[in-house]
Amino acid sequence: MPDKRLIFLFLSALAACLAFMLVGARGSWDFLLVFRGTKLLTLIAISVAVAVATILFQTLSANRILTPSIMGLDALYVLLQTILVFVLGGAGLASLSAEVKFLASFLLLMFASVLLFGVLLNRQREDLFRLLLIGVIFGILFRSVSALISRLIDPSEFMILQGELFASFNKTNTSLLAISALMIGLCCIVVWRRRRVLDVMALGRETAIGLGVDTGRELFIGLVIVSALVATSTALVGPVGFFGLLVSALAYELMKTSGHGPVFIAAALISITIIVGGQTLFERVLHMGATLSVVIEFLGGITFLLIVFRKYKA
Amino acid sequence: MIDIQNVTYHHGRSLILDDVSLRLKKGGITALVGPNGAGKSTLFALMARLLPLQSGSIRFDEMEVGKTGTQSLARKLAILRQEANVASRITVRDLVGFGRFPHHQGRASEADEAFVQKSLHEFDLASIADRFIDELSGGQRQRALVAMAFAQDTDYLLLDEPLNNLDMYFARSLMQQLRALADAYGKTIVIVLHEINYASGHADEIIALKQGRVALQAPPESFMTAENLFAIYGMDVQVETFGNRKIALHQV
Repeated sequence: MPDKRLIFLFLSALAACLAFMLVGARGSWDFLLVFRGTKLLTLIAISVAVAVATILFQTLSANRILTPSIMGLDALYVLLQTILVFVLGGAGLASLSAEVKFLASFLLLMFASVLLFGVLLNRQREDLFRLLLIGVIFGILFRSVSALISRLIDPSEFMILQGELFASFNKTNTSLLAISALMIGLCCIVVWRRRRVLDVMALGRETAIGLGVDTGRELFIGLVIVSALVATSTALVGPVGFFGLLVSALAYELMKTSGHGPVFIAAALISITIIVGGQTLFERVLHMGATLSVVIEFLGGITFLLIVFRKYKA
Repeated sequence: MIDIQNVTYHHGRSLILDDVSLRLKKGGITALVGPNGAGKSTLFALMARLLPLQSGSIRFDEMEVGKTGTQSLARKLAILRQEANVASRITVRDLVGFGRFPHHQGRASEADEAFVQKSLHEFDLASIADRFIDELSGGQRQRALVAMAFAQDTDYLLLDEPLNNLDMYFARSLMQQLRALADAYGKTIVIVLHEINYASGHADEIIALKQGRVALQAPPESFMTAENLFAIYGMDVQVETFGNRKIALHQV
């Protein structure tokens, strides 16, 4: 009975959202609705993006303990931001509108990933492990170059850069929200329409080819979508690494199925519950809004270790 | 008919297949044998479009591999690979159900459900239809995979060493089932085999590869001679006739 579980998850996500809107609400609702509403929508958007990107990436890489951050996609985003600060300077960056910054880094990231995956997957053999390894190496390269550049720039500009890069669920940017939500929505529609093909992909490359799936093409489309989702969620709140792992592990554990349809929905709902619920708890009850990302990453890391240890015991 | 023309395949610098041309008639079982490294699995992978052709052509009736969309090919031929390990945690019924994917692209009709049911019965899987794949024995899992290929409802069925890891009970019953599929449904089955006696006992035709070339293509009666086996495998093997079957005593 997957329906019951999904209803339960939906209710818990809804409860988290209501709590976020209502707990400690004082003052005019005209203000609160806009202020908290935008923030809530941001949280929901990135929750869905992280959940979908992780599940998709795990299917494409045929590995349940990976997250897209292994491909160095978020590192590339960090590098782009660093280069932007380096070239334009802090003042120049501040003069750019958020939309321009977002679109520029989004397009660059998409360009880079299409180039990378296009070249690597063009060899027909679709060597996944090589792709992952190259992703890891590129990730290290991107991080090192970012580190180098951030040492070259002025300390005060470095502060600006850090402000841009730390994962924070408190960042809200109304102008960015609309465009990111649109982007995430489009990605989700594409992924949802391919969910049955993804089920076949999960059977393994050769079986999928035998069943008439063009695995090279699906891999390319999937990885580009993962890049788009990572780019948008990173632009909104900064890099989140382990969190996706926590969500996907819980979704698979709860749904006990490999069908992507229910797993996507479950993962998105779990993700919303954790992020929105966590934000409510930390910001409104404990008054420590900034620490949520740390706690979530911590939980994600613990999940990772649990999965690894359980794999070895079995 | 399967028409293979001038297929040559290099892996790096080494030559795996050297100008292989073959014609396999429609219907019946063809066994592909040969020593290790003869190129059997490469030829299989090329036929199954798991590897891209480097030169030459392969056609299944009017469909040419590499020129026909992979989706249309999936309705023409089903493949079963040597180590088809299923990563997903799914039930036997779901696995067999995936065999219908080329026909419905994810939206199963009642006819598809019925065909899955029929496949489950055909391969004696109805009683374990709701068990998970990873809980099954090797023989049961192999049977489920063959049932999935059957559910694909194709004219052609390609199998790469399906008898690996099967004990003699399951190995023989799988070969008998393939025989029944060829006889009752008129399927064309190409099967890569290591054990020459299974080829002799169940196939209509045996093709031997050696060092990337076709060494011999013949029906079992004329294939199974000591001279032929020496030419192919480079070892002396006694061949005996039991009833109407020829058996090579290569184990002793």
